[in-house]
Amino acid sequence: MSKISSAFTNKAFIAFITCGDPDLATTAACVREAVRNGADLIELGIPFSDPTAEGPVISAANIRALSGGIKTKDVFELVRELRKDVTVPMVFMTYANVVFSYGAEKFIGTCEEVGIDGIILPDLPYEEKEEFLPTCKAHGVDLISLIAPTSENRVEMIAREAEGFIYLVSSLGVTGERSKITTDLAGIVSHIRKVTDVPVAIGFGISTPEQAKEMAGLSDGAIVGSAIVKLVEKYGKDAPKYVGEYVKSMKDAILGK
Amino acid sequence: MTNPKGRFGIHGGQYIPETLMNAVIELEEAYNHYKDDPEFNRELTELFNEYAGRPSRLYFAKKMTEDLGGAKIYLKREDLNHTGAHKVNNVLGQALLAKKMGKTRLIAETGAGQHGVATATAAALFGMECVVFMGEEDTIRQALNVYRMRLLGATVVPVKSGTRTLKDAVSEAMREWTTRISDTHYCLGSVMGPHPFPTIVRDFQAVISKESRAQILEKEGKLPDAVLACVGGGSNAIGSFYHFIGDEGVKLIGCEAAGRGIDTFETAATVNTGKLGIFHGMKSYFCQDEDGQIAPVYSISAGLDYPGVGPEHAHLHDIGRAQYVPVTDEEAVEAFEYLSRTEGIIPAIESAHAVAYARKLAPTMGKDQIIIVTISGRGDKDCAAIARYRGEDIHE
Repeated sequence: MSKISSAFTNKAFIAFITCGDPDLATTAACVREAVRNGADLIELGIPFSDPTAEGPVISAANIRALSGGIKTKDVFELVRELRKDVTVPMVFMTYANVVFSYGAEKFIGTCEEVGIDGIILPDLPYEEKEEFLPTCKAHGVDLISLIAPTSENRVEMIAREAEGFIYLVSSLGVTGERSKITTDLAGIVSHIRKVTDVPVAIGFGISTPEQAKEMAGLSDGAIVGSAIVKLVEKYGKDAPKYVGEYVKSMKDAILGK
Repeated sequence: MTNPKGRFGIHGGQYIPETLMNAVIELEEAYNHYKDDPEFNRELTELFNEYAGRPSRLYFAKKMTEDLGGAKIYLKREDLNHTGAHKVNNVLGQALLAKKMGKTRLIAETGAGQHGVATATAAALFGMECVVFMGEEDTIRQALNVYRMRLLGATVVPVKSGTRTLKDAVSEAMREWTTRISDTHYCLGSVMGPHPFPTIVRDFQAVISKESRAQILEKEGKLPDAVLACVGGGSNAIGSFYHFIGDEGVKLIGCEAAGRGIDTFETAATVNTGKLGIFHGMKSYFCQDEDGQIAPVYSISAGLDYPGVGPEHAHLHDIGRAQYVPVTDEEAVEAFEYLSRTEGIIPAIESAHAVAYARKLAPTMGKDQIIIVTISGRGDKDCAAIARYRGEDIHE
């Protein structure tokens, strides 16, 4: 059984952080603060020069991190260091070319070695997952599937083969905060439930505790990225404290505290 | 040559967000339905002939041939098309397809502005809304084309992310498409991106070699020895090559923008300097660093200033069917001036890359041999930039 499922014993709060923004020490401190304040799963973004699925906030974080000179191998070192005390599941979120250029075997093998439990690649749809799936299976790293509001007739096909958790995209477009989410997510979740027990977490556009509560209520968890990255953008090296406070408010809302 | 998953050898594919998958599947189904539909093809041929001014001429460049003293040189005059470049072939095809699909809005990326102008033109003709994404840097370099697009009724969105050039315009158009799929068709401008775009764009551009093959057989009674075209994403080149791919004796030569040289970082010669990667929906060759970060590229030609190359070109390179040669800014500018003086034809600076290689190649060939060079566009848009390159400060 996937280690990721341990994050979903209760409704899960999933925190996304861009690695190396503004530097790796801050990223490590943010991860620890997030976990200390209740994050159940950490999504670590490996920066990419041209993040086509990201809105302006995370795109800018990618550029800041790359301008700081961060390399893929540095991110692996970060995880190695975090794994000394961080036990919650951690996944990478990056783009296919980052994995491909590092070498799929070397990248995914290193994931296993340092303790990364899954990989999310927004530019790797169902049709192309064979690119990395056999290597992921060989190393026990889950290749996370995404389902979108436009997936429609594709939902079952994707859900049936999903592993780790299913990343349900809340609305059309790219990552970033939204004042309102209008997709029929409950309908999609019940559709998914018909074919799989793999947990479903909703992401894209969630920033307030109310939204997190609502989305986690509809599914097994809420994923928050841009709102956290925005705190890092605003507070820089002082961000970990604010990230911790924010994660606590979101987690409390999800648990109905 | 396309297999069902849109692969050209190992290249191509559909590396895009799940949000777009049904949109590209819908596009593929519509295209498969219409591509052999007699009525669709009749309408498209009428647009090509009556609106765009096809077929384009295959012109014997007598003075250039005599001056170079080798192979006979023919110029395929895509510069004479309406809107001044080959881009209109693809755009008319895609706009007609989008209309048949019930779409009312076209979005597009553009570098130098030629594809944006062509898309805005088709949108005006078909009564569709049009939004063009253009790197902010390029909106400044090509202010006249921004005005042209607006004149044609399009909205031009300056893209402020990344390097603020063509690749960022593509990324932004893709992002925009994910927010609005139901009424919007993304009119991609080159043989790149996710399947089925490389196939659709190739098929619409293949009219170039369909005509030139027939034209050369009529004029010379034999096939050419070489076909030359410039390559950025590669749409005019694939169009120029396509109907010759099966003719083994015809050399296919793509001329890449080497910028300041392939031994410098200021280059856009993807096949010559790039490596295999996955970006903008396709597996192909890309200029990138060792971590897979897409490299900033450079060329004097905004239309060739792209870090990737279409997947079918990558495959033609792999199997050795086509050859890709680097041409520097300096060589292209000299060719721009040379063709203007010698034949009275001002080529687009993109096309001048192919002319430059023809100048090297022709003298090494016999007088009974034939080269076809595609002049993909006209050079009026480049005059100010070339003047500046030569140290003259003129204002448009």
